[in-house]
Amino acid sequence: MWNLLDFKDKTAVVTENGETFSYAQIDEATRALASHIPSRCLVFNLCSNTIGSLIGYVAFLNHGIVPLMLDEHIDLELLNNFLNYYRPDYLWLPSDKAENFTGKIVCSSNGYSLLKRTDEHVYPLYEELALLLTTSGSTGSPKFVRQSYKNIKANTSSIVEYLALDSTERAITTLPMNYTYGLSIINTHLAAGATIILTRATLMQREFWDLFTKQKATSFGGVPYTYEMLDKLMFFRRKLPDLRTMTQAGGKILPDLHQKFAEYAEREGKKFVVMYGQAEATARMAYLPADQALAKKGSMGIAIPGGTLTLIDDKGEQITTPDTVGELLYKGDNVTLGYAVCGEDLIKGDERGGILQTGDMAKFDADGYFYIVGRKKRFLKIFGNRVNLDETERLIKTHYPDFDCACAGKDDAMKIFITDKTKLKEVQSFVAEKTRLNFTAFHVEYLAKIPKNDAGKTLYAELDDK
Amino acid sequence: MTNEEKYANAFCQAFDIEPEAAKNLTFQAIDAWDSVGHMGLVAQIEEAFGIMLEPDDIVDLNSYEKGKEILAKYNVEFA
Repeated sequence: MWNLLDFKDKTAVVTENGETFSYAQIDEATRALASHIPSRCLVFNLCSNTIGSLIGYVAFLNHGIVPLMLDEHIDLELLNNFLNYYRPDYLWLPSDKAENFTGKIVCSSNGYSLLKRTDEHVYPLYEELALLLTTSGSTGSPKFVRQSYKNIKANTSSIVEYLALDSTERAITTLPMNYTYGLSIINTHLAAGATIILTRATLMQREFWDLFTKQKATSFGGVPYTYEMLDKLMFFRRKLPDLRTMTQAGGKILPDLHQKFAEYAEREGKKFVVMYGQAEATARMAYLPADQALAKKGSMGIAIPGGTLTLIDDKGEQITTPDTVGELLYKGDNVTLGYAVCGEDLIKGDERGGILQTGDMAKFDADGYFYIVGRKKRFLKIFGNRVNLDETERLIKTHYPDFDCACAGKDDAMKIFITDKTKLKEVQSFVAEKTRLNFTAFHVEYLAKIPKNDAGKTLYAELDDK
Repeated sequence: MTNEEKYANAFCQAFDIEPEAAKNLTFQAIDAWDSVGHMGLVAQIEEAFGIMLEPDDIVDLNSYEKGKEILAKYNVEFA
């Protein structure tokens, strides 16, 4: 995947303690780790923005080992479910968590340990399968996106091209490595021979900003909520002479906020790049060129190099008239193979043939710039994480079979209606714990009865007004 | 309500916890106090005392005790 030795002495990684790792050192560490693992094994990588986690990921991708990427803080019950569904050969996890799992420690480096499980090659892996990623928020569904080597290479080179990344870039992490957007920042910077500043600190902590300044970060990425936090922190008053580029993805940013950051970028000679993507398209499908950030406020931009975007009406016909809403369709080499919901699916080949129905409803203007107007599927973006409403309902109903429930709402604010008024707080804590999203995103309300039609289907349109 | 009570109440509101649990709390010690929760806490403190926290103070507010030191700068006194 990466020719690390092309950049030998260049710094690949700076950790939050200021420790540096050259590309040659990363190459050596990844070879050492991979030497313990037979090719085409499945490994669960419990990710954090640390050197150990990164070495695991790079080792696996570069040596034909397939990682399934999860957050290191994943709910233990969910993780055990995933282990039963996929039965990986190994776990790569923070050393202090290793004792929570059965298995034998094969080796340890940089705070991470490789744990050999008793399962061996339980499920055969499709030869092109490179990586398994969640579709974002975890509602307990064992559904993962199957990404191929070709997918990752295609998307990486496209992003490097349109962001004009080179080896002088120094990106600081603001997003988790197991999240498609965070991972694409790592993929692209390693491909460009650039430096990645790894930190677990959030931008709400002084440590983050001290590291940002000291290590002369040139770029960061953020979801809409990140930009709301930056606004609250009066980001515009900060002196950040080394900063070149701010990227935004993971949902639609509020137009006012888009304008503020685009104006700041123009004033300070920086770039603000709004982007659009999904894990199903590896990471990115569209971007709004920085020089159009102000003129095309609210737009998700144009297709990335190598991809095409089209709109389809409800009869399946391609839309050619501007300002007509249709479902957004993407074509390109970064369209992933499909999903896996269980171990047996890992042998499956390409089910999409390079075409992705995004599930987003969009229109384009006379200049060909696209605008998202709504969604076909029932999900919300909560702090940048896609959370499926039906899956959340199932999660609640499975755990609480004694009352009915229905989920609706808007981005960053899910409404959960339940028919037991004594369980409001409990359900809120339960969903926050399972999804690992802040509890304030979930508003649980009592309804005597969930509105349904004669066939028993929930009438969500009625819930939207409540 | 005393300032101490008002201050503790801001934590209770932001993180849905009892006042006893607020004392000695530090950033990320509980799930609710993540970066999203931090925004909520800042809003609660600002509302409780009718002030606007400076960005430097927002990123320095990493524990219950530290917050009290910070509020002294805004003439909020604790007995």
